[in-house]
Amino acid sequence: MKTFAPRTEEEASAVIAAHAARREPLVICGNGTRSGYGNPVAAEARLQSSELAGIVAYTPHEMVMTARAGTPVALVEEVLAAKNQMLAFEPADHRALMGTIGEPTIGGVFAANVSGPRRIVAGAARDSLLGARFVNGKGQIVRAGGRVMKNVTGLDVTKLVAGSHGTLGLLTEVTFRVLPRPVTETTVLICGLEGPAATSAMAEAMALSVEVSGAAHLPLGRAGGGCNGEANPVATTALRLEGTASSVEERAVKLLRAMSAFGPAERLDPDRSVTLWRTVRDISPFCDGSTRALWRVSVAPNSGHRLVAALRETVNVDAFYDWQGGLIWLRTEGDPHADVLRGHLKAFGGHATLLRASAEARRAVPSFEPSSDGVSMLSRKIKESFDPAGILNPGKMG
Amino acid sequence: MDSEIVFLEPRPAVLARRREIVADLASFLPEDALITDERGLKPFETDAFVSYRRMPLAVALPETTEQVAEVLRYCSANGIPVVPRGAGTSLCGGAIPQEDAVVIGLSKMVRVLDVDLVNRTATVQAGVTNLCISEAVSGEGFFYAPDPSSQLACTIGGNIGMNSGGAHCLKYGVTTNNLLGVKMVLFDGTIIDVGGKALDPAGYDLLGIICGSEGQLGIVTEATVRLIAKAEGARPVLFGFSSSEAAGACVADVIGAGIIPVAMEFMDRQAIEICEAFAQAGYPLDVEALLIVEVEGSATEMSAILAAIVDIARRHDVKVVRECQSARQAALIWKGRKSAFGATGRVADYICMDGTVPLSELSNVLRRTGEIVASYGLRVANVFHAGDGNMHPLILFNANDPVEAAKAEAAGNDILKLCVDVGGCLTGEHGVGIEKRDLMRHQYGESDLEQMMAVRAAFDPDWILNPSKVFPLDGRGVA
Repeated sequence: MKTFAPRTEEEASAVIAAHAARREPLVICGNGTRSGYGNPVAAEARLQSSELAGIVAYTPHEMVMTARAGTPVALVEEVLAAKNQMLAFEPADHRALMGTIGEPTIGGVFAANVSGPRRIVAGAARDSLLGARFVNGKGQIVRAGGRVMKNVTGLDVTKLVAGSHGTLGLLTEVTFRVLPRPVTETTVLICGLEGPAATSAMAEAMALSVEVSGAAHLPLGRAGGGCNGEANPVATTALRLEGTASSVEERAVKLLRAMSAFGPAERLDPDRSVTLWRTVRDISPFCDGSTRALWRVSVAPNSGHRLVAALRETVNVDAFYDWQGGLIWLRTEGDPHADVLRGHLKAFGGHATLLRASAEARRAVPSFEPSSDGVSMLSRKIKESFDPAGILNPGKMG
Repeated sequence: MDSEIVFLEPRPAVLARRREIVADLASFLPEDALITDERGLKPFETDAFVSYRRMPLAVALPETTEQVAEVLRYCSANGIPVVPRGAGTSLCGGAIPQEDAVVIGLSKMVRVLDVDLVNRTATVQAGVTNLCISEAVSGEGFFYAPDPSSQLACTIGGNIGMNSGGAHCLKYGVTTNNLLGVKMVLFDGTIIDVGGKALDPAGYDLLGIICGSEGQLGIVTEATVRLIAKAEGARPVLFGFSSSEAAGACVADVIGAGIIPVAMEFMDRQAIEICEAFAQAGYPLDVEALLIVEVEGSATEMSAILAAIVDIARRHDVKVVRECQSARQAALIWKGRKSAFGATGRVADYICMDGTVPLSELSNVLRRTGEIVASYGLRVANVFHAGDGNMHPLILFNANDPVEAAKAEAAGNDILKLCVDVGGCLTGEHGVGIEKRDLMRHQYGESDLEQMMAVRAAFDPDWILNPSKVFPLDGRGVA
């Protein structure tokens, strides 16, 4: 496959304009480490932002950074850490899960709207994105949003571009809000809960005035284990607290007291807490080096365990839960069982995204949840308004 | 009044058919859901941007989503503009109608449909007021975070239209960060559901583009919003400074130190005097600038954060630090701040700007704002959300003096351009409306605007919805 890795926005614009004129499709990516998202794209050339790299501006006292899209996430996180700041939304590294290599880019994070455990209190990647520059399907260089925290000037095109997986444009630069890095953290673990009790415990924790910044449930067995594939010896429900040492201590005492009504509860020291949430963030229990079907399912928090229970009546699945039970990482045996899963979702509400499967299954199953007629008509018109020739990642989002 | 801002010319074909249109609307709307007489239409001719007014052709007050859909289906088929309206509290003219338009008001859609505390969501009809949502769940220890000053009156539908903010957004975000789903009627009457109780909807971020679209993409009739558990306690503290620059620098240092208070509100001397006279909140009167800093958490947490903020404030030569002694006093402190616009209205007419600037530019922009307004021979009061750089200079003038009114508008435009020039934007939370429409090219280039308008056209190809707003009238590429 021919690869274009422009070093300037103008070069990117020229590549897209030329392909638009010939109606030749392009694969659009950062470094392709999240290629599990979306349907396979039929194209003979790839345009990637990996060489559009470097931090453009960073003002810690304003909590704002501007970086070119191809800047490695690792560099962004390192520079932020040096000033005791961080990406609020805790993006996953998808390489182990999807079997990809290369440096994940900050543009890729926003293009896929990748948001980890802290999303329940700090918002998704799209909530941190203040502004973006991109090249649309006509080759126009477009600027959306800005660099200030509050901005309602015109339509919020920035949001639309976030999570559009390169189908609306090639991101060239992103400006995002960052947050102070907590001084310390701990995790309260409740052991031995089944799905319904775990869901109740997490809901109760989120209703307390203790600012839980992560709420996950790792069931007994394979889905609860770490990257080494070990089974989890006991189901654990994990609740994270972050902040200053004295604040975390005070809230942990309060949370432990409330959670002990559900089952035996204990606390993790900061190191073990960090490891646990890294495991949840990177979906490590399912980083098994296989192409077994893996779904990311988003539902109302109290529907998560009920959906999985309904599935288990006919399909063999492993699952663990983040976002208070509302984000399910689901691995099926053999076939992805898309019809069964999406059939149940019609009743429960929510949607499922296929992130990994055999090549054959990937061709047969739409990666993203098909939408209603009205919404898919709108989505098609929006796509046309950015990319009238239909050359940017055509078909990737359905 | 002589208007600087131009509205679209009314479509003669629509005006000529007024009688027929009214009869058609009456044929499918309940009798009390349609207003067509002059006295009844009068209250709808403007919103909180009172310098401009236009009588609409008719006002529809539907009770159901289906009725909204019927009106839109009829209007789009007949080329009749539609102007959506919540409570009419827009400060930028977002709800001002035009002579050939049917206003669709949400004032009869006021039901709370579902409160789900396990999933921490509330689903409400779009005419429900902002404050009503928090009140519905307050007893259970929850609240809805965005809190515009007009929260007693403004509707969630209007909040979504403008992506409204408020004083407490520094920590909890604005409307777009707290919205999970909407039911919306498109220009042709199609009803769509976007999102729901899950944290992220599928596909393109339609919620993201709908929120803040100023009634240009469709009419939201129901919304599902996030609820948040209330903090154990919250405490506002007053910090008085000898200069605006010192207060501005203190704000930047607090954020720079990794402290994010729930709110950090700024008032200059003029605003302090006006608000204190109205609310008797106990604001110090012998300082040039005041910060209201609110922290929350347990008693020990609040004390620890406050101690750190006081340390920083001392480095900026803080003159007064006043902790409130009771819940009543805390309420008064917020009453003074939240009624700032109303209190200002008692002493003069004013226009309220809404530019947002990078925090490092706060002091500079405050100083230059003063210079700009003085150069027009006018006065300014500054009261705004300092923590996120969202400034609200209130330019005081006499509306009965056309020369002064024109000067106030010109000074406002200069200030907004300044905000853009230092790296900020024209509007942080009020919206573009008609007020800032003709300044859009100062912030955006042609390809930026072209892309926005292309997205708009994807939703409303004939520019039926709120057509006089947001985008400069020239260069739209439509008739």
